[in-house]
Amino acid sequence: MALQTDDRYKMVEKTMKKLGYERSALIETLHTAQESFGYLEIDALKMIAKRLRLPYSKVYGVATFYHFFRLKPKGKHTVVVCTGTACYIKGANEIAQELENKFGIHVGETSSDALVSLLSARCVGSCSLAPVVIYDNHVSGKLSSQEALKKAEEMLV
Amino acid sequence: MIESMQDLQEIRQKKLCSQGECEGEVRVCIGSSCASIGSVELEKELRARVKEKGLETKCRVKGVGCNGLCSEAIMVATYDKVQQKEDIYTNLQANDVEKILAFIEGQSSLKEHFYDTSLPFFAKQIKVVLENAGVIDPNDIDDYIAHRGYEALFDILEHKESREVIEEIKQSALRGRGGGGYPTGLKWESVAKVESDVKYIVCNGDEGDPGAFMDRAVMEADPHKVLEGMIIAGFACGATQGYIYVRAEYPIAVEKLTKAIKQARKYGILGKNIADSGFSFDIDIRLGGGAFVCGEATALVASIEGGRGNPRQKPPHLSDHGLFSEPTVLNNVETLANIAPIMRNGAEWFNSIGIESSTGTKVFALTGHIQNTGLVEVPMGMSLRELVYEIGGGASDNKKIKAIQTGGPSGGCIPDAMLDVSVDYDSLKKIGSIMGSGGLIVMDESSNMVEVARFFMDFCRSESCGKCVPCRVGTTELTDLLDKFIAKKATQSDYTLLRQMCEVVKESSLCGLGQTAPNPVLSTIKYFEKEYLEGIADD
Repeated sequence: MALQTDDRYKMVEKTMKKLGYERSALIETLHTAQESFGYLEIDALKMIAKRLRLPYSKVYGVATFYHFFRLKPKGKHTVVVCTGTACYIKGANEIAQELENKFGIHVGETSSDALVSLLSARCVGSCSLAPVVIYDNHVSGKLSSQEALKKAEEMLV
Repeated sequence: MIESMQDLQEIRQKKLCSQGECEGEVRVCIGSSCASIGSVELEKELRARVKEKGLETKCRVKGVGCNGLCSEAIMVATYDKVQQKEDIYTNLQANDVEKILAFIEGQSSLKEHFYDTSLPFFAKQIKVVLENAGVIDPNDIDDYIAHRGYEALFDILEHKESREVIEEIKQSALRGRGGGGYPTGLKWESVAKVESDVKYIVCNGDEGDPGAFMDRAVMEADPHKVLEGMIIAGFACGATQGYIYVRAEYPIAVEKLTKAIKQARKYGILGKNIADSGFSFDIDIRLGGGAFVCGEATALVASIEGGRGNPRQKPPHLSDHGLFSEPTVLNNVETLANIAPIMRNGAEWFNSIGIESSTGTKVFALTGHIQNTGLVEVPMGMSLRELVYEIGGGASDNKKIKAIQTGGPSGGCIPDAMLDVSVDYDSLKKIGSIMGSGGLIVMDESSNMVEVARFFMDFCRSESCGKCVPCRVGTTELTDLLDKFIAKKATQSDYTLLRQMCEVVKESSLCGLGQTAPNPVLSTIKYFEKEYLEGIADD
């Protein structure tokens, strides 16, 4: 593996070093890894396990426990539908449904051409704007299904 | 470096004087709602234009945290220093820079955007936790100090002993704002009593309840207040290290807290031997990974230790056996934000707000089918009706309110007819809901209560850590049962089973998540039984 020369690994190494290679550094390290790679590669998880002297099963167990961590790469664009209570009350389910139909994928999946990932969030804390969809890190609120679709099209242009 | 109260006051005066050169301030809200429609750009552009026009001596432009009335974003407040008067303007757009500029120059009024603060939304609020939200620049420690920040801490370091601090907090009768309502003073006392070289203060900023964003607003608008509360807690309990556990989904909160910690370290407010008092304390941030169960104390601790957020049996409690097996205080963001005001103004002042069994204020996030969505802080003991109808302005779109939900997935639904209940820990519990962390979701007639109950049950099902059977299996079975009611295919025995299983999950689950998961079902059965009966097929 030519991994150790990869800059992205250097970032991960830096976090582990800062936290003294303690086993408790695992989650912080996973955050850094996801930030650098965009998702948690299996090779990265294995490297982290080795460096922190943890069984790989534990690292994998933690990475899959938390919603925030992704084990698959994201598409070029991301659409995140908030499914918190306020958004649910204001029709987030219909919006998710419409977007699923539009992209032909389910929430949590990436289109086969890797163009779009459709994701859901538990709550992004923008409840007063409900229902909320986040297009490529830009929050859009008070959306109708139609507007949500329109914004998705604008994003892809 | 700040080494004494005198140093602190000098910084305060200096800041106030440099502000004094200006006649006023323009405070642009850069909270999440306003920011999503361009308030950050508006603030930046406005500041640049004010500089360009040489108006800096007349007016200081700054970005501030959430002002509360999120439904009327973008909000801009003007502060007249001479008259000490704040005016609020709402519904501004990102491109209204020239409009605001003309107002600063006195060439026009912003009449059509003026919001009358004598209206109930603002007039009925009492701000303790949010006293600085919408007022100070969260990126600037000096601005916090100018608004009497860290005064409580330095007063304690110079004049008080740790037991006096605990006594004051006990006197204030402050109860945990995360929802549990355990007296904060007692929690601190039990940790202070334990003999140990290492103790921890942990701040729970995980805010996993979907539909709640109070803690987010506090961390984003006034991060130093959380730090000050933690340092005081550390002093009172004899701890030297604190951790703030924040959701990774709140990147702005993480950014503000990180900056605040850096500034506090630079001033010597965090670190070794603070203000030469012999007391050392430092704070680090740990990111959560989006797991609702981590709101449970032992699960949160397991997560900071780098593992899966699995809760464990209690006792031992965190006060004996907490983070890294050491005595630990775990407080919610809002609880800690109450500490500095209490120490500054005294327990008696705090007791004068709210009611005897629940003192002080509570911050609520008003959302759902309500006119004024946003963040409000009200004295305990106010009726829910006043909160929803007067402050919240009632239902949106001229509809009728059917129920409100408090406490998120652990709470319950309260029908409109019972809204005269007082907002305090005990009254809400009595009617089958809980205070919770402060999410308050209003539902109008279009909401089907069985579907709402299913929404929460499905949430608990997916958030269950899977460690104990009643919660792991029970929430799944309950979700399936509720589906039958929604499809109108349930039987009478399904209805019996639904109620029995709720009791089993409630009584036999290991931690709070499972124990409270049936609450949304039980409370909707209690108040909206008709909708369940309609789900039972005739034959």
